Amino acid sequence: MARKSTTEQKNASVAEFVKAVHDGQIDVVEHTHRVLEECKIVNKEYCYFNVIAEESAIAQAKLIAKNKKGILAGLPMSIKDSICVKGIESTAGSAILKGYVPPFDATCVERLRKAGAIILGKTSQDEFGFGGFSTNVGVGFTIPKNPFDKLRSCGGSSGGAAGLAQKLTVPHVALGESTGGSIVNPASFCGVVGLCPTYGRVSRYGLIDYGSSLDKVGPIGKTVADVAVTLKVLAGFDEKESTTATVAVDDYSKFVGKDVKSLNVGIVKEGFGEGTDPAVERSVWAAIKRLESAGVNCKEISLKIPIEYGIPTYYIIAPSEASTNLAKLCGLRYGAEEKIEGDFNSYFSQVRARHFGKEAKRRILLGTFTRMAGYRDAYYVKATKVRRLIIDDYKKVFKKFDALISPTVAILPPRFDEIAKLTPAQSYMIDALTVGPNLAGLPHLNMPVGASRGLPIGAMLTADHFNEGKLLQLGAALE
Amino acid sequence: MKVDHALIERVAKNARLELSGDEEEEFLPQFQEILDAIKKLDEITVVGVEPALQPVDLSPNLREDKIRPSFSQEISLANTKHKKDGYFKGPRTM
Repeated sequence: MARKSTTEQKNASVAEFVKAVHDGQIDVVEHTHRVLEECKIVNKEYCYFNVIAEESAIAQAKLIAKNKKGILAGLPMSIKDSICVKGIESTAGSAILKGYVPPFDATCVERLRKAGAIILGKTSQDEFGFGGFSTNVGVGFTIPKNPFDKLRSCGGSSGGAAGLAQKLTVPHVALGESTGGSIVNPASFCGVVGLCPTYGRVSRYGLIDYGSSLDKVGPIGKTVADVAVTLKVLAGFDEKESTTATVAVDDYSKFVGKDVKSLNVGIVKEGFGEGTDPAVERSVWAAIKRLESAGVNCKEISLKIPIEYGIPTYYIIAPSEASTNLAKLCGLRYGAEEKIEGDFNSYFSQVRARHFGKEAKRRILLGTFTRMAGYRDAYYVKATKVRRLIIDDYKKVFKKFDALISPTVAILPPRFDEIAKLTPAQSYMIDALTVGPNLAGLPHLNMPVGASRGLPIGAMLTADHFNEGKLLQLGAALE
Repeated sequence: MKVDHALIERVAKNARLELSGDEEEEFLPQFQEILDAIKKLDEITVVGVEPALQPVDLSPNLREDKIRPSFSQEISLANTKHKKDGYFKGPRTM
């Protein structure tokens, strides 16, 4: 049978690529070598990797070449640095985890491997996911650059993942993680499809945690079909992770191309107007018109509480959880270590001071404060109650609507010099439209819907819990 | 809520985070700005509202509490140089 060259694989879908592997038309080892070469070239210019795992990728490719039955057989995949991969340094982009080599795979990685995927390496990100621009990288790490303009941000925090998903010319899916918008935001800035699933849909066992009631793992790829097939592999109950849902896993690929006629979509009014770039508005409205032409009923609605109060609620709850999760990182057992001197308080304080980046320190301080005696009720407890109101608001809306649409991010990818001028509180506003679905644990999807000045624009679709299928159905109608 | 040096220092101590003088100067106004922004929640009344600690009501799926094979001591200690006689070694506690 004639072998297909890597050139022929360009623009192939994941399904086409895997079929070619199954049919013996692709030499998986040779293909993996070529992809790794491309990764190295791209990385020199764009800094999408913290680690390129060449040796283990080739070893894996050799195994797949012998047994290529899996539904992702031979597919090159990248993993956000915050997700543990056995035998490959995994730091969540933080100096405090420098040198940490997990002795196990995160469940999501284990599932990808079983399906035949090949792990290329660990992608760059904001330290622990603390940011929306991937500029808050840890001490000594590099900042990923936007694939359309190297002077601009990839978005964050899964910036390396989204940049790579756009830039690699061969079929590839990146694994990202979202706490407050970290999948859809970079997908929007890099012009790719990013799906953040329902909280509990994909196991977080082996994820270096940020906010335990918020973290979700999800795929970023070039097309809706590519993320759909990946989600099928990732989703489902994991006995190692008590917050995974036992809800049945859909065959997500079946939703891609399914008729969208008569679906009801709410247009989130607060996502438009003041503060939103007119070019972003135009592209998202054009996408809405396309949905309407396909028979979708679109109607404007208001989500005042999630949009207006989402940011303050999120910036209390997320740092509160982060500050407790990061307490285990103290220069013992794994990661950065110093010479042991003094008592434990002074040792821990010094190690943490030396190896955490500035944003990590800010969030640890903020989260420690909001949980401290005397302040806890006014900040943390209050925020958890507002979170309840936010969830209730969405639940009410989903009684009438199948999905919601708004811009993913209100602006075009900003330049690094513009980001550098923002105060922390100003930079948090980038999450204005994405924190709502994240606080409510709702699945949401970024769809590339246009461009302005050569920079991509994304629309965000949000659905009710465990309705990823509807998102993919609507997303595919926008491709 | 007024943020001052004493508060920052108290929080940093609780967080086991040693701050340099420069960092403290830098963080103080930033911390103040963030808390001022968060103050927006004062506009909402939450009397009688139940806190949401998880976004989805998932009944915890815990496995049976039975011993299963796990990492060996050697693997568990592989990521640190601070170890002795098969144990982690840490700073003194008293």
